[in-house]
Amino acid sequence: MTRVAVLKGGRSLERQVSLRSGARVEDALADLGHEVVGIDVGHDLVTRLREAAPDVAFVALHGRDGEDGTVQELLELLGIPFTGSGVWGCMRCADKVIAKHAMTEAGIPTPEFYAFTETAFKELGAADALGEIEQRLAFPIVVKPSDQGSALGIRFARSAGEVPAALVAAFSYSERVLLERHVHGRELAVSLLDGEALPIVEAVPREEDFYDFSARYTIGRTSFVCPAQLGDETTERAQALARDVFALLGCRGFARVDLMLEEATGELFVLEANAIPGLTETSLLPQAADAAGIGFEALIGRIVELALAPAPAQRA
Amino acid sequence: MSRDRSRATSRDLERYAGLFASRTKVMKSSAMRDLMAITERPEVISLAGGLPDTSTFPAESLAAITAKMAAENASRALQYGPTEGLDATKDCIVEVMAAEGTTVDREDILVTTGGQQVIDLVCKTLVDPGDVIVAEAPTYPGAVPAFMSYEADVVQIAMDADGMRVDELEETLDRLEAEGRRPKFIYTIPSFQNPAGVTMSLTRRRRLVQLARERELLVLEDNPYGLLRYEGEPLPTLHSLDGGDFVIYLGTFSKVLSPGIRLGWAAAPPPVLEKLNLGKQATDLCSSTMTQLFVSTYFAHDRWEDYLRSLRDLYRRRRDTMLDALAEHLPPEASWTRPQGGLFIWATLPEYLDTTDLLARALSRNVAFVPGRAAYADGRGAASLRLNFSGVGEDDIREGVRRIGAVIREQIGLYGTLTGAHPGGADAITEPAAAEPAVGLADVVELPRGREGERRSDAR
Repeated sequence: MTRVAVLKGGRSLERQVSLRSGARVEDALADLGHEVVGIDVGHDLVTRLREAAPDVAFVALHGRDGEDGTVQELLELLGIPFTGSGVWGCMRCADKVIAKHAMTEAGIPTPEFYAFTETAFKELGAADALGEIEQRLAFPIVVKPSDQGSALGIRFARSAGEVPAALVAAFSYSERVLLERHVHGRELAVSLLDGEALPIVEAVPREEDFYDFSARYTIGRTSFVCPAQLGDETTERAQALARDVFALLGCRGFARVDLMLEEATGELFVLEANAIPGLTETSLLPQAADAAGIGFEALIGRIVELALAPAPAQRA
Repeated sequence: MSRDRSRATSRDLERYAGLFASRTKVMKSSAMRDLMAITERPEVISLAGGLPDTSTFPAESLAAITAKMAAENASRALQYGPTEGLDATKDCIVEVMAAEGTTVDREDILVTTGGQQVIDLVCKTLVDPGDVIVAEAPTYPGAVPAFMSYEADVVQIAMDADGMRVDELEETLDRLEAEGRRPKFIYTIPSFQNPAGVTMSLTRRRRLVQLARERELLVLEDNPYGLLRYEGEPLPTLHSLDGGDFVIYLGTFSKVLSPGIRLGWAAAPPPVLEKLNLGKQATDLCSSTMTQLFVSTYFAHDRWEDYLRSLRDLYRRRRDTMLDALAEHLPPEASWTRPQGGLFIWATLPEYLDTTDLLARALSRNVAFVPGRAAYADGRGAASLRLNFSGVGEDDIREGVRRIGAVIREQIGLYGTLTGAHPGGADAITEPAAAEPAVGLADVVELPRGREGERRSDAR
C-alpha cells in the first residue's frame, strides 16, 4: 500500500475544477487500496506535507501555482516524488508564449502570434503596432492570456474595434497576452500517457462558435467524440505532433496537447500543451484513456507508478 | 459500500446526457460560478454576497430561545407540520407585514423554505416552457436560474432611479400581446431592488397595480428588504395597494432575523395559494417545524423590532461608508445608485469593460463583487457590478472599494492606452479623481438598456 497525498483546490481560478478532479482521483486511489490523504492546498501546504509524509504526491491542481511549477518546486525541495511533469516542464506548458516559441523553433506548427505585456502597451507604445499585427493575423483574432489554463479570458476580436476591450479582458488574467491567428476548423485533443498518444478526442461545440469555460466542464454543453473521426493519416500526424510537443516541452507522466485541424488547408496546428489536464467526469484525458481500454482506476494507478519510477533528472 | 464513481467513462457520460431533461440545457453553470467559489477564501474581502450580518444576533438569545422552544414544544418541533405552515408562525408573518402597513389574513399565507422557494413555486405553478416572465433589468441574480430551469422566456424591463419603467412595461406588454404572448407574471422587487438598489416610486406602484388589474396579470412582489429603510418615507407595498387580488407577495425572515432558519412566505389570492400549496407538498411537504417554532418563540419576546432597529442603524452606517468610499475611489467614468435601504449598490462602468474579467483581476487583490451579467437572462449587464454593504464591517468596505477602484482605474487606463485616448495612460491609473459629491447621484442612475425589441431567444 502506498501513501498518496492528493493535492487539490488551491487559490487558482480553476479551484472548483481541481476539487472535482481531486475527489475523483481520491476515490480511484482508495479503490486501488492506497492510503489517501487529501490536501486542499493553502498556506499550510508544507506543514501538512511534512505531517502526512506521503510516499508520493498526486498533483490534481489546475492553473496558477499548481500547474506552473510552483508546487512542483516545493515537492522537489521536500523530496516527495510527484505525478506529472517536473518544474521546467510545467513552466513551459503553463506559459503559452514560451511553449509557442519553443514549438516555432523546433519546427512544430503553431498559429502565428504576437505576445505583449501590459508594460509594452503602457510604456513602449505597443498600441501603435496593433494595426500591423491585425493586418498580419487577419480577423477574427484570438486574444488570450498567456498563462491561464482554462478558457477564461479568451476572446475573439472580429474587428479592430474589438481588440482593445479583448486585450483589457485578457490582461485581467495574466501579465502577458497573446494575439493569435484564428485557425478555423476542428478542435482536437491528444492526451498522452508516458509519452504515448492515446486516441484523439474531438470537442464539438453545440451552441457558441467558441466553446466557453463552462461548457468545458458541463455535461451536455459540448459533445466529445472519441476516437475522433479522422483519417488514419491525420490521426497519426496529430499523435506524432503531440508526442513531439510532449518531448520538446519536457513533460513527464501525462499531459494533453490541444490542436486545430484547419478546415481550409487540412493542416494541423498545435495550440497549447496542458501539464495537468482535467480529471473530472467530463475531462478529455480520462475519455481518451477509456477509449484505449484503460479505465479510470487503471489510469490513475499508472500515473502514480510513473511518478514512483526512476526518472531522468528534471533539472539541468 | 464503495462508490464506483471513478468508473464513469465517456460512454456513461453519453448515457447520462441522454437522460437529462431538456431544461437542464438552459440551466446555467457559468465561469462566474467558479470565480465566485474563490470569493469564499478567508483572505478575500467579499462585497459579493447578499449576506445580512448575523454576528449581531446575540448567541445567548439564540440559546435561550432554543431552550424555551424545546421546553415548551419539543415533540411538535420534531414532528412534521401542515404544508401551509404553523398558525403561530403565520401570526408572526401577519405582524411583520403589518409593520409595513400591509394587512393580510392568516389564511392567505403559505410558509415556505426561504423566499427563494416562493419564486420556484410560482414558476412551477404558472410557467410552461416558453412562457414569458417579465422582470426588471437588472433582476435578482438568484431568480435567473429559477426562471431558466422552467424554460421561461425572460423579458427584462429597464429601470431608472424610480424603479421599473412602467411606461416601457406597457409598451412591452402591448408588443407581447400583438405577438400573441401573454406574460404569466411580472416579477419585481419594488423596494431597494436587488441588485440595483433603487426603489419604485408611489406613482409607478399605483400604475403597475392598475395595469395588472386591467390586464389580469399577476405580479410577484418580492419584498425582502422593505423594512430595511435607512432614510425617506416608507412606501406602501404593491400588495396593500392592490388588496391582494393580482399580487403574490413574497416575504422572508432572512433579512429581519436570519437566513439560516430558511423561512419565507407567500401571501397570494386563494386560488393561486391553493396551487402553490400543492406544489409545495410535492417539493418538501412542509417547511421546518423547528425553525417555525423558533420564530414564534422569538416573536413572543416582542423584541424583533428592536433587533431590526439595530440592523437598520448598522446597515445605514455601512451604506454611508460605501457611498463615501465609492465617491473617493471610483473614477469619473463610473456611476452608481444611492439606495435608501436594502443591502446593495449597483455600479456601472464604461461599456468596454467586462466585470466578469474585472472580477478575476479583483480576486488577485483579494476583493470580490458580483458581475452584472448575473442579473440578466440575456447576457447584458457585462459592464455593471453589484456591491453588498451589509455583510462586512466598515474598514473592510473602505478597503474593498479602494481595491476595486484601483483595478477599474487600471483597466480604464489600459483601454485608454490601447485606443490612444490616453497615450502613456499611467497618469489615468495613479491619479485619483476628485471626490464626486454623492448628492445628485440618484439622478444619474445609469442602467444598461437593451436594444429595442431585444429578448431572450436562446432559452429553448
